[in-house]
Amino acid sequence: MKTFLKVVIFSVAVILFYAFYANVMIPQVRPAPPPAEAKLDMGSLTMEQFIHMGDEIFHGKGTCELCHNPVGGRAPLLDQVGKIAEERIKDPRYKGKAKTGEEYIRESMKEPSTFVVAGFGVKGTNDTQSPMPVVTSGAIGLKDFEVDAVIAYFQQKAGVTVTVQLPKETPKATEETHVADPAKSGEEVVTKYGCGACHKIAGQQGALGPDLTKIGAKKNKDYLRRAVLNPNADIAPGFPAGMMPPDFGTKMLSGEFEILIDYMVKSK
Amino acid sequence: MRLSSIVVKKNLLLKMGFTVALFFFVSLFAFQFLESTKFFPIGVDTVYAAEQAVTAEKPAGAEAKPDAKKEEYQPAPKLTEKDYPQVKGINGRIMAWLVAQLHLWFAAFVLAVPILVFIVEIIGMATKDKRYDKMAYEFIKVSLTAYSITAVFGGLLLFTLVIFYPDFMRYMANIFSPTMLAYAFLFFAESACLYIYYYGWHAMEEGTAKWVHLTIGWMLNIIGTVLMFLANAWVSFMMSPHGVDAAGVFEGNIWHAIHNHLWNPLNLHRTVANVAYGGSIIGAYAAYKFLSARNTEEKAHYDWMGYTANFIAICGLLPLPFAGYWLIAEIYAYSQQMGITLMGGVFAWLFIIQAVLIGALFLSVNYYLWCGMERSKGAERYTKYIKYIAFVIVACFLVWFTPHTLIMTPGELKALGGPYHKYLGPLGIMPAKNTAVNIMLIFTFLSFLLYRRCNKIATVSWAPIGNAIQAAIFVAAIINICILGIYYGYFTNTVLKVGSSVPQVASTLFVIISCMIIDVFMFKGAKEVAPLQWGKIPDRSQYALFILAVSFTWLMGLMGFIRSAIRQHWHVYTVFRDNSPDAFTPTIGYATKVVSIGVIIFMAIVIFIFWLAHISGKKNVSQGAHH
Ligand code: HEC
Ligand code: HEC
Ligand code: HEM
Repeated sequence: MKTFLKVVIFSVAVILFYAFYANVMIPQVRPAPPPAEAKLDMGSLTMEQFIHMGDEIFHGKGTCELCHNPVGGRAPLLDQVGKIAEERIKDPRYKGKAKTGEEYIRESMKEPSTFVVAGFGVKGTNDTQSPMPVVTSGAIGLKDFEVDAVIAYFQQKAGVTVTVQLPKETPKATEETHVADPAKSGEEVVTKYGCGACHKIAGQQGALGPDLTKIGAKKNKDYLRRAVLNPNADIAPGFPAGMMPPDFGTKMLSGEFEILIDYMVKSK
Repeated sequence: MRLSSIVVKKNLLLKMGFTVALFFFVSLFAFQFLESTKFFPIGVDTVYAAEQAVTAEKPAGAEAKPDAKKEEYQPAPKLTEKDYPQVKGINGRIMAWLVAQLHLWFAAFVLAVPILVFIVEIIGMATKDKRYDKMAYEFIKVSLTAYSITAVFGGLLLFTLVIFYPDFMRYMANIFSPTMLAYAFLFFAESACLYIYYYGWHAMEEGTAKWVHLTIGWMLNIIGTVLMFLANAWVSFMMSPHGVDAAGVFEGNIWHAIHNHLWNPLNLHRTVANVAYGGSIIGAYAAYKFLSARNTEEKAHYDWMGYTANFIAICGLLPLPFAGYWLIAEIYAYSQQMGITLMGGVFAWLFIIQAVLIGALFLSVNYYLWCGMERSKGAERYTKYIKYIAFVIVACFLVWFTPHTLIMTPGELKALGGPYHKYLGPLGIMPAKNTAVNIMLIFTFLSFLLYRRCNKIATVSWAPIGNAIQAAIFVAAIINICILGIYYGYFTNTVLKVGSSVPQVASTLFVIISCMIIDVFMFKGAKEVAPLQWGKIPDRSQYALFILAVSFTWLMGLMGFIRSAIRQHWHVYTVFRDNSPDAFTPTIGYATKVVSIGVIIFMAIVIFIFWLAHISGKKNVSQGAHH
């Protein structure tokens, strides 16, 4: 019996030591919670919740803050855009279809180049092309109701009346994006994930990030992999850190990722 | 009198175990049947039904849609929190986690033992040494109760999953139902073989019958391995789905789903790990019997048994790091993102804990060997080297668990204060770790070589040359490994960094194989200076065997968690999202607490099993005395 107790106590002590080590000696990082998925249950949504959703999209999933922040000065600040929007339509340069502030904001997000805020266009296009990606496609990939939520958030923040409607029923859009076929060529991947919004690549003329048309001649495969999966590991000289979205790795299918890397390697 | 009634209870327990298992497998069939008739009233169907009820007021056409593709495979359902049944007072995730882990522990043990027994039985036949046969029989007896407990936990696991994750199980069954049926069938075949193997042991002890017995043992192992490979297919499919499209629609070829990217790496790693694990548990059993032995004869027997089990555990342990790195390399190859989550994100710290555990394994193995030298007086010649070996192993161990670059989300980065470890960064890179692991292996092998010769003196004329060659091989390999590590680690670009591992491993294997061959020839007909005296080993050595078993169990629990957790919020990675309230990744502290509780439950049950074996052993002895 004495041996028995000794062995049991010893073994439990070993277990407790490991538990102690893992709980006390190792820093307890709380992993990020799973990224929110479009809520399916829309029936009971209140406007307050809807605005909150827009808030979260703006600061999180939408990656809007990468450009729209007070530090970089690469994109206009948006805290007053709910109000400014109405002035924009009256701008003589404005050629779009929007009649209301709400429509203007929606247009800015879905077709950014319709109207480019003075001084923020892609270099050399004289403010005719916007460097902003289309937020309903590519890496950002917002659903229509999510765009609405962001607009509601902008309007509320600027202190104007919230004009957007709450979504009525379960948005079917969620289903479609998942079924979207995987991209099959380098160009398709670039288009699907909107690299062209910031890079000169595959015929697109983004100017916020480095020119990638000859990247294969300068960088090797390993570097490129890292540049996409973990953009902040190395920062291309002359460009700001933290602008390139860090989450392409989670969004791309691994097949697409390989195609993209091969494509860049061959761009010489 | 009392004893025999307990033995009766043991048989009762076995029968109960099988009845429960049978019950659950029957319910597995039933589940499939209900599933195919769309009778099962929970989960997606309810959602569909609800949706149809809503759309019923709309013009026709909306309803027709869900039916159109009914015959075909459905995409992975998109669930909401409500699709996960909640049972008051029970956390479904923790329940499934613990039950799955307990099932895995027992299964690993139960699959490993027949492998060990089979090998020991062959050795016994080849050497005509009755001791081996006796030991093999004792092994299998220990595993018998564990077998029915495995089945009970398997059934419980199925039950838990069906209760808490009905839609997930339905999805898996949709794809894997043929393999699930095969699994159930193989389970019965396995039971049959095991029973004939065990109960026929003494009836088939001589002559041709022994060969028949051996064949049954062989079949037992084949069936067991296939059984595990099937289960591995489900698990690896969840990590690296194959044979389904991006929406999770099954394309119809089950072989594709089975033979997914991580299946074979997992098969290899688990098979090898199981052998090592089985060895370590039997080692603990022997250690306990050794400590409570009453006479020198028993002590000698259990010392020898512990040594053999430990030896098997080492043989399994040596290739494990390589199998592990292959698995990880394949995870990277399948999905960079998953690989980075695994080795770079929060999980990086789990690998530091893993390194501590593996270090503990290696140290206790070495310690046991060093203690074992006391079995012979001749060992005094070598004891002075032990402290150097210990020093090297500890140093390598420290390098090994130096954190690698930690890549995290911005928030996690903030919490830790930067992606690189401040001072230890350079030691955290892969080539440094590879170097450390290889050197650790080489020195463990050195401990073993010293142990081997502690009671002998080589008599062949070329012994001095042989020793010199061995020493030269050791030195050359160590230098080679260090240079490779330094060159690849610090003087080439990242692409080539991984390139060091192959030649390093080759050096290690070369040392082990060439020195072993030289040793075998050199010590042929060696003079015995002082005989090995089994049983003459200090009691404290036995605690190394307990550390081995406990650490191994805990390690398995930890790795099981990692394997499951790197899928993050996915049931099936990238195609079937986990939307249950428990989809979050827990902190390391939380996870290790669950693992520790699991280990304690496991140990309690194992002690119970050993106790049963002990009691029926006593009965056999007393019966033997009567005859
Ligand atoms: C790649 C950087 C980038 C990202 C990411 C980005 N934007 Fe923009 N955005 C810009 C730039 C540059 C402009 C100014 C040029 C223009 O008007 O198109 C702009 C303009 C706008 C405007 C019009 C502002 C005005 O004053 O007229 C709105 C509205 C807007 N963005 C919303 C968003 C939202 C919402 C998101 C996130 C879902 C987002 N943007 C993400 C760069 C970006
Ligand atoms: C929101 C703007 C933005 C988007 C969208 C974007 N990038 Fe970038 N990218 C940048 C910026 C800014 C840099 C330079 C800073 C850095 O290295 O992180 C960069 C750097 C890079 C580099 C490294 C170039 C070098 O010379 O070091 C590569 C490669 C790259 N991006 C590829 C891509 C690909 C492929 C995509 C699409 C999947 C993409 N990027 C989408 C902004 C963006
Ligand atoms: C001596 C070294 C090692 C030992 C003793 C060891 C042991 C184990 C054990 C016992 C398991 C559980 C097997 C099972 O559940 O059947 C396991 C699983 C695993 N190991 Fe290792 N391992 C080692 C090295 C490594 C290395 C170096 C890595 C990677 C860096 C690794 C990665 C994994 C992973 C991801 C799993 C999960 C797979 C699963 O649960 O089945 N292992 N390991």
